[in-house]
Amino acid sequence: MEIVRKVLPKKVTFSYKKARLETAFKRTLLITALLMLMIAVGVFFTLVIHSIPSFRALGVNFFWSKTWDPVSNVYGALPFLLGTLITSFLALIISIPFSYAIAIYLGEYNTKGWLSGLLKNIVELVAAVPSVIYGFWALVVLVPLVRSLESKIGVAPYGVGIFTASLVLAIMIIPYAASLGRELIRMVPSALKEGAYSLGATRYEVLRHVVLPYTKSGLLAGLLLSLGRALGETMAVTMVIGNTSLLPDSIFAPGNTMASVIANEFTEADRTLYLSALIELGLVLFLVTLVINVVGKMIIKRFSNE
Amino acid sequence: MEKRLQFRLTKSKVFQWIIILFAFLITIPLIAIIFYVLKTGLSKISWHFLTHIPKPVGEIGGGIANALVGSLLIVMVAAIIAVPIGILCGIYLSENKSSKIAYYSRLAVDILQGTPSIVIGIVVYFWIVKPIGTFSALSGSIALAVMMLPIVIRSTEETLKLLPDTLKEAGLALGLPYHKVIMRVIVPCGMSGILSGVMLSVARIAGETAPLLFTAFGNPYLTANILKPMQSLPLLIFNYATSPYDEWHDLAWGASLLLLIWVLLLNITTKWITRKWKVQL
Amino acid sequence: MVCSLIACNGGDNTTPGKMAGNASGGDKTLLGAGSTFVYPLFSKQFSEYNKLTGIKVNYQSIGSGGGILQLTNKTVDFGDSDAPLNEEQTQKIGVPVLHIPMCSGAVVLSYNLPTVKDTLKLTPDVIANIFLGKIKAWNDPQITSVNAGVQLPNTPIVVTHRSDGSGTTNIFTTYLAKVNTTWNTKPGKGSSINWPIGLGGKGNEGVAGLIKQTPGAIGYIELAYAIQNKMAFAKVQNKGGNFITPSVASTIAAGNIPLPADAKVSLTNTDAADGYPISGFTWALIYKEQSYNNRAQDRATNLVKLLWWNIHEGQQYCEGLHYAPLSTSAVSVAEAILKSATYNGKPILQ
Repeated sequence: MEIVRKVLPKKVTFSYKKARLETAFKRTLLITALLMLMIAVGVFFTLVIHSIPSFRALGVNFFWSKTWDPVSNVYGALPFLLGTLITSFLALIISIPFSYAIAIYLGEYNTKGWLSGLLKNIVELVAAVPSVIYGFWALVVLVPLVRSLESKIGVAPYGVGIFTASLVLAIMIIPYAASLGRELIRMVPSALKEGAYSLGATRYEVLRHVVLPYTKSGLLAGLLLSLGRALGETMAVTMVIGNTSLLPDSIFAPGNTMASVIANEFTEADRTLYLSALIELGLVLFLVTLVINVVGKMIIKRFSNE
Repeated sequence: MEKRLQFRLTKSKVFQWIIILFAFLITIPLIAIIFYVLKTGLSKISWHFLTHIPKPVGEIGGGIANALVGSLLIVMVAAIIAVPIGILCGIYLSENKSSKIAYYSRLAVDILQGTPSIVIGIVVYFWIVKPIGTFSALSGSIALAVMMLPIVIRSTEETLKLLPDTLKEAGLALGLPYHKVIMRVIVPCGMSGILSGVMLSVARIAGETAPLLFTAFGNPYLTANILKPMQSLPLLIFNYATSPYDEWHDLAWGASLLLLIWVLLLNITTKWITRKWKVQL
Repeated sequence: MVCSLIACNGGDNTTPGKMAGNASGGDKTLLGAGSTFVYPLFSKQFSEYNKLTGIKVNYQSIGSGGGILQLTNKTVDFGDSDAPLNEEQTQKIGVPVLHIPMCSGAVVLSYNLPTVKDTLKLTPDVIANIFLGKIKAWNDPQITSVNAGVQLPNTPIVVTHRSDGSGTTNIFTTYLAKVNTTWNTKPGKGSSINWPIGLGGKGNEGVAGLIKQTPGAIGYIELAYAIQNKMAFAKVQNKGGNFITPSVASTIAAGNIPLPADAKVSLTNTDAADGYPISGFTWALIYKEQSYNNRAQDRATNLVKLLWWNIHEGQQYCEGLHYAPLSTSAVSVAEAILKSATYNGKPILQ
């Protein structure tokens, strides 16, 4: 009753002014929605327009030439494509056991209670820590550790490099697949699980033969989202990857990712072709993460609607 | 028969313990990082640290006042830009579930949410910094606002979708104009969900560095002029952490601690709010 | 609301670009970007200048390449580079750019060998071979033969270099190209080259940081960075065959040559008997004609006055930070160049 009394106008009669206000309001809402569309399209077009010089000069060979030489104005993206792919996939592989374990634990073994809540909060806090702090910590703690590992196994003890970058990335992307996985596992209909239990299955067997197959596509979507995050991560990677524009020859070698080379060289790309090549890398990054995220979300949507 | 059953039961138990082990292993890096930042940063923080600007290279002393003020200003301006637009867009999307425009708009929001922050930095450089002719805190805020928008929009949309339609219909049935129903009935009801979306988005961008690299640029002086370059905590940490100066490393640790506390506080407060409102963010 | 914020800060905002001009009047800030080589000196000079005049100079050390680009984009008032504009850059800018020498400095080979207490000696060929990846360990005979009596460990050499566009790289690689024919063919010289081997660090700061944290590392950084961070650096054999310790004195000796009128000259591989062979100037870069993008006249005047102070009173801070101050003849050349800066055709300095 209170709400009604507060918002009812004094005279409840039709008025043109109110109608106009209403249309103005609805139009404003529409404008904001269109604004988002314009921003997304604008991002795409800006990237494309500024990549044109590079595309015209270097063509498709850009993607598999391995020399990045700003002095002779020769640009090849292969070192960065490799660097990005290797670090992201390695990070993904490292993170899988942990994200799945968290997802299964929170989704199946312990869905409520203080311990479950605690773990859930911890996972969300891991996602909240800013990337630059991860980078700083990795620089000071992980790099010396990796360096001593490298001396022990006999490779050049850089400390920084693809391996270290993948380690940091792995920690950073665990929360994404984990929280998505948890939601999906919780959504498995109890009827299915109870059916299996009543046939005498153990917990493990229910998980392996009922829950996981049921959530397979959803878990894949979670991995895709984690991958998308890893591909675009800039700061933590830039601080520990070694910043070398050469093809990495082992996972302990220093390298560069598309995002880190842009961060390093954007403010000084003084030739048109140089700048354009960097932006073309940005365009590739944008498109790849776009595809991965959209595909991932589509899979989730289809899964939730089943 | 017994042996087979025992085997299966043990396998199940072992699996459970493996899962528990791997699940809780994630606490190790988190605690390691928080502990390390706390340990190294705490000793660096002092009143002097909070109120002075950095000294010239190689001199000890100095503080991070310019980065603190800078971060607060840049984030505030970004929020001022992103929150109204985000909430309004979220309202639109929750009200128009099936229109064509809503579909494409939602797609655009998803795309922007997944876009790497460095790409946003590049784009805002071309949109704002180059035409205006100078780096500025405002361009940094705009870049951060673009990153905040998807989070605010999604959380607003999800929150409002949870509200029963009857609420809106009751208001309309009583003759309230549409905008009053939304702004005075629906939005206040969903306020805690919307608010937590806003706070999460602020927490997300407070620690962002990449978009600021080519927009806000950095400034060794304390300034409140958003049309000029400005320093911010993540930029300071990035620059000083990769430098060789020990004094700068100290400043970076103190700054990291402050940033971490700020971000974690925002996250914890958000959780506390959503507990009352069970929003799926 | 955003528009009102912009409007608050200066009259008419009908055209972009007017913003930069209108934001002065009482504006006591200047924005510069570029060389990390000179950053320790600038950092001190601008702090002192601020105390004297109240003008706040915001200088971001993003590398010489970055300084040149931002100057080209007219997003900064001045740039600074240890490499003069090359042809393509000059063409891209299209209008004359003044190079005002600020000081000269030494690019030293710094290394991280905690067990070696003596200062290492390096010859041009050894340096080139290390950076080409041909010498892989510290106790390689090529190094030990030059350093008799020094116990060198069997650690692998970790080469470090710049990951960004750098005037310091330009000085170093120009030197290598002059003294080593293999280097001259490939990779050659430039602000950003295709390094055959090594880790990349951003700015002099980044490379120094890498060297400091990586045992067995070697890299090239400006003298001030090495001394401020108490890092070891090598004596380099110059053209005359002497092993020279990089210092203010040896840099001055290398820089003691007449400057051409446009001040663009390389100091590497100096003929001076006691000159350090890897030295170089660093130049502040400004547009000759200062009224572009509706820049206010005060702004141009403040800028030229700042640089005038830098080459005169500002020089007192050079030696303390291990940079070589400009010689008297260099100062007169610099003065002449600064005096040629104009606003709407009229010289700014009377």
